[in-house]
Amino acid sequence: MILRALFQIGILLVLPPFLLGVVNRVKAIFAGRQGPPLLQLYFDVWKLLQKGAVYSRTTTWVFRAGPIVGLAAVATAGTMLPVAGQPALFTFAGDFVLFAYLLALARFATALAALDTGSSFEGMGAAREVSFASMAEPALFLVLVVMARATGSLSLSGMLGPALAPAWRAAAPALLLSAIALFVVALAENSRIPVDDPNTHLELTMIHEVMVLDHSGPDLAFILYGASLKFFLFGALFVRLVADAGIAGIWAAEAVFVVELIGFAILVGVVESVMARLRLTRVPQMLVGASVLSVFALVLLLR
Amino acid sequence: MTPYLAALLILAAGALAGPLLARRPALALRVGSVAAVAGSLVGLASVLPFLLGAPPADLVLPWSEPLGSFHLRLDPLSAFFQAALFAVAVPASAFGAGYMKPYVGRRPMGGFVLAYGLLLVAISLVLSAADGVLFLVAWEVMTIASFVLVTFDDEKLQVRRAGFVFLVASHVGTAFLFALFLLLGREAGGFDFVRFEALRGAGAAAPWLLFTLGLVGFGTKAGLVPLHVWLPEAHPAAPSHVSALLSGVMIKTGVYGLLRLLGFLPPLGVGYGLLLGAIGLGSALVAITLTLGQGDIKRALAYSSVENVGLVVLGVGLAVAAGAAGHPVVAALGMGGALFHVWNHALMKGLAFLGAGTLVHAAHSQDLEKMGGLLARLPVTGALLLVGLGTLAALPPLSGFASEWLLYLGLLRAGAAAASGASGLVAYLAVAALALVGAIAAISFTRIAGVALLGEPRSPEAAAAREVGPAGWVPLALLAAGCVLFGLFPALPLRMVTPVAVQLGMGEAARVLGPAGEMGAAPRVVVGVLIAVVLGLIALRRRLGGGAVAATWGCGFTAPTSRMEYTASSYSQAFLTALVPRALRPRVHLQAPRGVFPGKGAFRTDSQDPARTRLFDPLFRVLGDRMSRLRRFQAGRLNLQLLYTLITLVALLAMLALRGRFP
Repeated sequence: MILRALFQIGILLVLPPFLLGVVNRVKAIFAGRQGPPLLQLYFDVWKLLQKGAVYSRTTTWVFRAGPIVGLAAVATAGTMLPVAGQPALFTFAGDFVLFAYLLALARFATALAALDTGSSFEGMGAAREVSFASMAEPALFLVLVVMARATGSLSLSGMLGPALAPAWRAAAPALLLSAIALFVVALAENSRIPVDDPNTHLELTMIHEVMVLDHSGPDLAFILYGASLKFFLFGALFVRLVADAGIAGIWAAEAVFVVELIGFAILVGVVESVMARLRLTRVPQMLVGASVLSVFALVLLLR
Repeated sequence: MTPYLAALLILAAGALAGPLLARRPALALRVGSVAAVAGSLVGLASVLPFLLGAPPADLVLPWSEPLGSFHLRLDPLSAFFQAALFAVAVPASAFGAGYMKPYVGRRPMGGFVLAYGLLLVAISLVLSAADGVLFLVAWEVMTIASFVLVTFDDEKLQVRRAGFVFLVASHVGTAFLFALFLLLGREAGGFDFVRFEALRGAGAAAPWLLFTLGLVGFGTKAGLVPLHVWLPEAHPAAPSHVSALLSGVMIKTGVYGLLRLLGFLPPLGVGYGLLLGAIGLGSALVAITLTLGQGDIKRALAYSSVENVGLVVLGVGLAVAAGAAGHPVVAALGMGGALFHVWNHALMKGLAFLGAGTLVHAAHSQDLEKMGGLLARLPVTGALLLVGLGTLAALPPLSGFASEWLLYLGLLRAGAAAASGASGLVAYLAVAALALVGAIAAISFTRIAGVALLGEPRSPEAAAAREVGPAGWVPLALLAAGCVLFGLFPALPLRMVTPVAVQLGMGEAARVLGPAGEMGAAPRVVVGVLIAVVLGLIALRRRLGGGAVAATWGCGFTAPTSRMEYTASSYSQAFLTALVPRALRPRVHLQAPRGVFPGKGAFRTDSQDPARTRLFDPLFRVLGDRMSRLRRFQAGRLNLQLLYTLITLVALLAMLALRGRFP
């Protein structure tokens, strides 16, 4: 029991940067480049942790608190997420509301840190981040309530646990629609193409990256690591929803889960490689579309 | 009952200090504030026992008023709202003592102190009156007192206009309440609330009519959309500690009235609950969207009050609908969440308005665009205000999240328990709408915090701002402590919510809201983990490098000024233009620079409220036109007026005579 809990925390803490390495490797292959090593993000985080940080004269403690609160909130949200179908460390009715609000807390802290610099670019990034998030939030909640209704459970562990397989047999179309919506939300929440380009170098067009322009050193390490953690959370939600392998043994299930997560990273890499970025004014339409899809799913489920 | 009366007496004595010491305004202000704080402390101590199991107490005094009796009653429902009143009044009054000092000698202080004390007494009497006539008298005194407070700064045209709108709206609302109480009184054969409550079993003749009258009358005071139009005018106009009382407590008397009314009416059907829920959720959505267009920090906070009252009414509606559909657990969650949110909103809105007051004094403007960088200049006030804004955005682990979480759980359980597809869909769509409200609130409050508190100062006044000292921030600290403690330890406040919910007919409340219920230990543990991780990361961060100081990265631009900062209106523009119907967006006046040698360019946005511009303004214009034709009969000549009186008398006599003839 304790061993399994430790293993869950271990996966949660160690695996995320690797997934982003996979995404970048896939994008590099598509572009005909060799690409950075798969473990590049670990190196980056390690290197940044050794460095000093530079702070703007304008900033206050809010700027320094942003990366800390952001990382802590995302990591805490992770403790409620079941890994490989096993119950999460903490599980209770309505835990997904707290899950979503912890992500909102992380966003709030990051946006305030961005505004604290007084830079117009970072203000713009913060405005975009909270605006697009507000469109993604209803979609995320709709996906979660579809899963809750289909499995008859109000906790993430129950929704993604053994009740999921019978739910797929009973309501496959609804779950499929909500899975698509969840994928769109995952792309938006993690600043991926077609919503945002994590590699862009033009401040005017960026969303998430422009918010953290002024962060450096260990603070930037916290932010990079937190972003990979968030990617992991959405990936874990998604693969569990669509690929419930039904492996009996715990360790085998964990292994399959890791493989599935790598598959998710490859999928995101492919999407990022074959799609262009949407114009900023198109992004809301895509996110509202995700909400509409999940409303359809709800109607299918409740008819 | 005796300590409660003592509290009222202290408050009334403080009010009288106003006219008695009008010659010495500074002393009047001090005496009034001390009395308000002391009276509120005594009052708080006197009502809390009723939430912890004391039996309801009654007081009936002989009163010469026709129709009514002087009947006060303290039961859990009354005590619950009074506790919010006194808990906000203590810090607000203490804050007011310092906040009003600059006005001493410039504005008449006697009337202000009188009205402030009267407002506290009147709100308290509204909440404890157990007689229809007494209730209406207290209600009217409350309205007049708040009118005097709202128009305190009546040298400004805007303030006078706000006062007028407030007065008209309040009295239109009160007219509905007169009709409501007259109908209730006729059916019950008297105006005592005991008789009204007896109606519940007997069944009133037309519950829908009584419900509608109450919804409009109380809804106007509570600020439900579209009856909210007075609120964003009046609350920013008042001095900030008064705004804190008005927004934090006074508008809740509307919610209190609705809840009382539910106790008089026979059990209502699901449809009434759905209607209340839809109005509440609609109010919340519209109001939180309208906050995005406000350039005035206090107006934005006033709209946020409309949003929060909407959430409270959503919970009440959920409780009514679930009670009628036979889901006692959902009903208890809805009512528990609504009541808990009443307390939480009183604390967080009190905190936000007091903090905004300090910012307004510091920046000499209510305009967000004239603030900026105030956290660095007012570190304590700024930090406490950040707590308030975070609570308003329902961030865990603060108290705003705790009460919204109960609402979420209620809706989710309603959806899970729904037998038919349609009712499940309604509940789940409400969950999504609630999530949208929460996400828009995040835009709104990062905007206020970011533009007012963070970044570079946007005006010379803001750049020179300084903290006023402990008297300025201790009241805020008290309220902030409430926001944090209620979020971390909701068990204690929920124990006091329980008897109120039980009184309102939520039989399952004790189990659902108790420590073994929905608000169990598990969410607390997660919050504990969050705090532990934050502390751990802070400790880790301290051991890592840092320290160099430089200018903000200007993307190669070498001479940044504060005018290049992202503004409040740009911040919300991305959301407003993408998703919001045109009616809810601010109106944009753009004079773009043209040609090779452009002359002047100008850009201005005006927030507009569709309830005002599309509904009430045209309505009142038409009414005004029609009514002005009656002017002719009101010539102002004495003989004509006497003639009217005579005609009326003759007509009445004729009616009496005819009724005798043809019974």
